[in-house]
Amino acid sequence: MSVGVKRGELNAMFGFAERAMHSVRRYWMWEVVWLFYSMVSVLSIGFLASGLGTLGAGGVGFDLRRAQLYLLIGSLLWGYLSLVFMEAAYAIAWERWEGTIEYTFMAPIRRTTHLMGICLFAIGYGLLRTFLVLLAAIAIFNLDFSHADVAGALAVLAASTLPLIGLAIFTSVLPMVSPQKGEQMSFAVQGFLLLVSGVYYPLTVLPVPLQVAGYASPLTYTLEGMRQSLLSGATVIDELPNVLLLLAMGAVMIPAGVWVFSWAERRAKRLGLLKRSG
Amino acid sequence: MSTPAIEIHGIRKSFQRRERDPGAPWWRRDLREKVALHELDLVVERGGVTGILGPNGSGKSTLVRILATLLTPDAGTALVFGWDVMRHAREVRRHVNRVSVEASFFKELSPWENMVYAARLYGGGDSGTRAHVSSILERLGLPLDTLDQPMKQLSRGQQQKVAIARSFLTAPSLLLMDEPTTGLDPRSKKEVQAMLEMLRAEREVTVLLCTHDMGEAAALCDRVLMMDSGRVLADGTPVELCERHESLTLEDVFMQLTGKAFEAQEEGEAEEEAGGVVAP
Repeated sequence: MSVGVKRGELNAMFGFAERAMHSVRRYWMWEVVWLFYSMVSVLSIGFLASGLGTLGAGGVGFDLRRAQLYLLIGSLLWGYLSLVFMEAAYAIAWERWEGTIEYTFMAPIRRTTHLMGICLFAIGYGLLRTFLVLLAAIAIFNLDFSHADVAGALAVLAASTLPLIGLAIFTSVLPMVSPQKGEQMSFAVQGFLLLVSGVYYPLTVLPVPLQVAGYASPLTYTLEGMRQSLLSGATVIDELPNVLLLLAMGAVMIPAGVWVFSWAERRAKRLGLLKRSG
Repeated sequence: MSTPAIEIHGIRKSFQRRERDPGAPWWRRDLREKVALHELDLVVERGGVTGILGPNGSGKSTLVRILATLLTPDAGTALVFGWDVMRHAREVRRHVNRVSVEASFFKELSPWENMVYAARLYGGGDSGTRAHVSSILERLGLPLDTLDQPMKQLSRGQQQKVAIARSFLTAPSLLLMDEPTTGLDPRSKKEVQAMLEMLRAEREVTVLLCTHDMGEAAALCDRVLMMDSGRVLADGTPVELCERHESLTLEDVFMQLTGKAFEAQEEGEAEEEAGGVVAP
């Protein structure tokens, strides 16, 4: 790829993110509503953890503060991950709804550029919103991160970006496959990931078939790594196995996601599904 | 001799959909095929305006979508400036833009935000684009104070002008205009037609204009193809077609060729090709 082409692709990638930012600005009231919803979801999990003692949980060796942090990390990360999935799937569904998808698909750019532009915005936007919710959670629950290794947690978070992009691309395929039900199908996929990825409980409590699905989910290793670093102070070195595994998953999932999306695009062009009414 | 703008050989496209026969059980649906384009051959030289005339369901939009790389033909080849729409889709896309009957935009965003987005996809940016956009919109008679209002606040005619401006922004060599004046008020229609006349005079862009409007085709097109049910029925200049069929208007020519009145076809609303597909 020549320098000019690379610059053009980067420009287009920025174009997708810029368009999404314009959209956030135009729909700012809705953004406030969604931020409120994210906060309420995370805070309710925090309060649920606070009430565990009164519900009879506990006993010798039960650390309520640790349990609360465990659940809040799950809730915060899940909020972030589900937001990225939703943004990626919504970006395609929204284009279908507005009828602009044909114009986007007519543009002389690589599909990878298109999908990366969508995913990078989704990740940046998800991180910002999650950070705001985290600040609220720290203020309300007086969270103790004194044992945390922030560098280790950030290494896991950074490595998780690759498989997350892969998963987001897979999610964005759904509105291409089914114009009517694709967006709803992405919620079903999200729900399954929530079930098997150890967001609120360890994988060991699941039946074996679900555990197997859980071990195939990159979210499992993201959550595990983040908890190890934030609860037990695992360093970057300690996190290397998780980091390498996440990078390897990303190396497989991104090309696989782009391939599946290209297949869905070819199918849509064969069947005439790109048209708004289709 | 330069490469033609469009070269089509044996292009065919059909769509399948599931239909239930009257009285059949609710779960039983059979696949039916609707041919949108029968084997089509067509060469369009560079420059000028070529009109495709035909009622809904005649195959006009299918043809435009194939040339825009948005639909895959079942058979045949289609070349745009020598590039195959299937094998060299990205090269084709560099040379083509399209204005469709629906002005497809992000409605909550402003014309300017939509324009910058389009410019970025074609390698441009916001520097210099605003002046370029303003000059195009001025020529189209759109008040410049609309540039920063949400698209949803603009009238249908204004939205269509922004769509035309968007297509000019990328300096296409081939402009596919799929009923660009349908639904516009008379004044907007005239402004868009004036823009097309200017393009025709300049001959720098090849325009493929799909239209229902026989008068528009007679006034603007150097060459007209009449289509019905996925087939080309006639091909020539508007004057040639009228002389060949001893008719005064293109509408009369269409009636002679099909035995049907154009307006009756319109009301019949033969199913639009791509919309016939039943998605999962």
